[in-house]
Amino acid sequence: MKTCLVVDDSKVIRKVARHILETLHFNVEEACDGREALTRCTAAAPDVVLLDWNMPVMSGMEFLRALGTSGVSRRPKVVFCTTESGVAHIRAAIDAGADEYVMKPFDRETLQSKLSLVGMA
Amino acid sequence: MDVSPATLRHFADLFHARTGQELAAGRRWRIETALRPLLRNHRIDSLDRLAGAVAGGGDTALADAVVDALLNNETSFFRDGATFRQLEERLFATFAAARAQSRRLRIWCAGCSTGQEAYSVAMMIAATPDRWEGWRIELTGTDLSGRAIAQARDGVYSPFEIQRGLPIRDMMRWFEPDGENWRAKADLRARVTFSPHNLLDPPPAGLRADIILCRNVMLYLAPDRRRHLFASLASVLADDGVLMLGAGETVLGQSDLFVPDTTMRGIYRRA
Ligand SMILES: C[S@@+](CC[C@H](N)C(=O)[O-])C[C@H]1O[C@@H](n2cnc3c(N)ncnc32)[C@H](O)[C@@H]1O
Ligand SMILES: [Mg+2]
Repeated sequence: MKTCLVVDDSKVIRKVARHILETLHFNVEEACDGREALTRCTAAAPDVVLLDWNMPVMSGMEFLRALGTSGVSRRPKVVFCTTESGVAHIRAAIDAGADEYVMKPFDRETLQSKLSLVGMA
Repeated sequence: MDVSPATLRHFADLFHARTGQELAAGRRWRIETALRPLLRNHRIDSLDRLAGAVAGGGDTALADAVVDALLNNETSFFRDGATFRQLEERLFATFAAARAQSRRLRIWCAGCSTGQEAYSVAMMIAATPDRWEGWRIELTGTDLSGRAIAQARDGVYSPFEIQRGLPIRDMMRWFEPDGENWRAKADLRARVTFSPHNLLDPPPAGLRADIILCRNVMLYLAPDRRRHLFASLASVLADDGVLMLGAGETVLGQSDLFVPDTTMRGIYRRA
């Protein structure tokens, strides 16, 4: 069973994502900002991170950069999942090493499709 | 909404006559949902009235719209990834060698819906520009649904549609924002020609193909219509051409004009 870490400051989004991911047979963990996500990744790296962009404490982008230098043994796949859907944001995410990108709002099929594109579903 | 069984049967018959597809009795409730927007647009207050208006070949434009609304256009980019990718992983190389003289490759997406399949083929072709330097690649998408063909030509996809099967890097390379939606850039659109066509009719005039994709169309057709369609596809396919069907579709027991390729799933060759 693959583990997906859902990183989002919205409790509602985390709940919706968890529900969908569980129907896709993922083991789901949650974090509400980039800092907490980083701590979790260093403790035990998930297979994939579903990553919000705008969050307090540490943004998704800051998390992604920090992940690169954190020395986690097995780098998880990173799928941005954000309301930011402008080309500049998407370009920046790809340049920073994001593997895929989901533009909110998402549904089950969107998540499944994007996770399968990174070899996870 | 009250609707008589006779009316439902009327729509099912019309749909069958035009598309070769059976609307199974158990699925007829879909008719109501599918036709509701049409009723609204045409200010018709009941399905019984709508049936009356299209009866006996009365209003053909309206009948077309009814059929269109009942078609299942479900599709996505790079659908059935593993099978589909055989095109770029194996078949394109084979045809690049086999057609080295003419440097001409003809691909037909038969039942292409809103265009995702044909644009996916176009993106795969574009991924190896050196291979096709100086080639004439004719990529044709056809579908019975005028609505689907109009969208395919526009190349405009909703955020949900654009996120089905399309890698984000391909989206950035080949599409641009169009309000809330995403639109295929002109250089992608220019690679595909879309036209309306009913697969029950003879193939489009003058069309010949080296590769035919006819995916997730056959499964909806009644057996005799399937046989008819296989014959018609075979009649335009090059002797060494290939037919790609959808996952879960086969020629076995349907037609002896094709045989499965021995090494590639979902690929059929002329018998
Ligand atoms: C489920 S979609 C499949 C689209 C695409 N080939 C794919 O695999 O994703 C089936 C398409 O076949 C079209 N279709 C159904 N009957 C047809 C007919 N008799 N002639 C042409 N197209 C037809 C429908 O309009 C619909 O767009
Ligand atoms: Mg947020």
